[in-house]
Amino acid sequence: MVDKLEGQKLQDLDAILQTRGLNVYYDTKQVITDVNLDVARNRITAIIGPSGCGKSTLLRCFNRMNDLIPSARVEGQVLFDGRDLYSHDVDPTEIRYLIGMVFQRPNPFPKSIYDNVAFGPRINGFKGDIEEVVVRSLHRAALWDEVKDRLKASALSLSGGQQQRLCIARALAVEPSVILMDEPCSALDPIATLAIEDLMRELSEDYSIIIVTHNMQQAARVSNYTAFMMVEEARVGFMVEFGESRQIFTNPEDERTEAYITGRFG
Amino acid sequence: MVRADFDRSLEELQAELVGLGEMVERAIIKSMDALERRDLAMAYEVVEEDDLIDAKRFELEEKCIDLIATQQPLAIDLRTLLAVLHIAVELERMGDYAEGIGKICLIIGDDTPVETPKQLPLMAEMGLAMLRRSLQSLVDRDTALAGEVWASDDEVDEQYAGVCRQIFLDMGQHPSTIEAATHFLWVAHDLERIADRATNIAERVIFLVTGRFGRYGGPPVSG
Repeated sequence: MVDKLEGQKLQDLDAILQTRGLNVYYDTKQVITDVNLDVARNRITAIIGPSGCGKSTLLRCFNRMNDLIPSARVEGQVLFDGRDLYSHDVDPTEIRYLIGMVFQRPNPFPKSIYDNVAFGPRINGFKGDIEEVVVRSLHRAALWDEVKDRLKASALSLSGGQQQRLCIARALAVEPSVILMDEPCSALDPIATLAIEDLMRELSEDYSIIIVTHNMQQAARVSNYTAFMMVEEARVGFMVEFGESRQIFTNPEDERTEAYITGRFG
Repeated sequence: MVRADFDRSLEELQAELVGLGEMVERAIIKSMDALERRDLAMAYEVVEEDDLIDAKRFELEEKCIDLIATQQPLAIDLRTLLAVLHIAVELERMGDYAEGIGKICLIIGDDTPVETPKQLPLMAEMGLAMLRRSLQSLVDRDTALAGEVWASDDEVDEQYAGVCRQIFLDMGQHPSTIEAATHFLWVAHDLERIADRATNIAERVIFLVTGRFGRYGGPPVSG
């Protein structure tokens, strides 16, 4: 089953990101094994799997965040609209603007709400109307109505859910194409979680989103496509199954996927 | 609820569903016995006992809803609960057809100038066999057996067409029996529907096991 699925493309999937023969090592320890994944443009792709299966590592490959880990080594290709992100002429900083990231815990800077959103464009040497960028980004992140009267207040005065939307606004301010989300709701209550999920749905009209989540219901609710990754004794960080989320969550092809999503794993 | 408890709940649910199937089976047998013997007391019991079948169906439905709400089932668990919900409704409707035959017995009374057409007990036997086999296919997760149930519906349809022809013929030859014969048409109709419902159960078993709708697998859920 795995052999058949590895490298399989869903028909007509318009991929913005593709991994080809991707292997990742921390020193000599392999953490990702031969992953071939297509990420659909302007859709939400969920990566699920048990702890230690390499899903966060895979996510970090998409904007070269693994470069920041000295022992990490990436083999194979990550193609962004056909261009290899790991080729020598690619500037990782530029990539991190085009492919933004939102983390598990909201991590606003200890600055004002306004300055948090303006931060990226400013250090990027943005010459246009920065206020317009801030307002538009806060609107897009569905936060504007809640903060429009206190833009100069500290970002740390916001609730957890608002801080996470502020981090999304901060990522949007530098006009990315892709947003990577690493368990973006795991520190949030159910109401704030739903607000982020609604936002993801709206954003997917203009952005391609990849979300790593432990919450199966969240993956089922929010994503269009789901990749299931696993770790076995002989092999670590490999993709078992990839498909439309409705198929994965109602009728997965691989029995390991079925065992995982129904909680019969291990 | 831990996974093992959820598994046990699913097993119990299936056992109760099979139990409901057995109640329906007894109701069909009893209704046909009542019809053949013109036993009004027995017919009355069939009508009365349908309430128990209805109650059991709603009890099963409630248990499914509880598990869906508390366990948020996915994949095979989700398909199992959806199949149980669907099959419980099919069984309850089969019980209604048995009740319908019971009511016809009461209308016909214990004295009627027309004999019960011989094909009717045969149709009932065929329907009962389909019911038993459909539930067996559920217990064994046996799609081949479920497919056989599907196939045997054509034979019941043939019998139904035959018995209707015979009854119409008799009506033409003996106009005085038209009213009584009309009641037997209804019995034939109820029996034909019982077989249809058994095929629906078989279809649900195929869905449960494969995630696909329809007799030959049909399109997968992913469309």
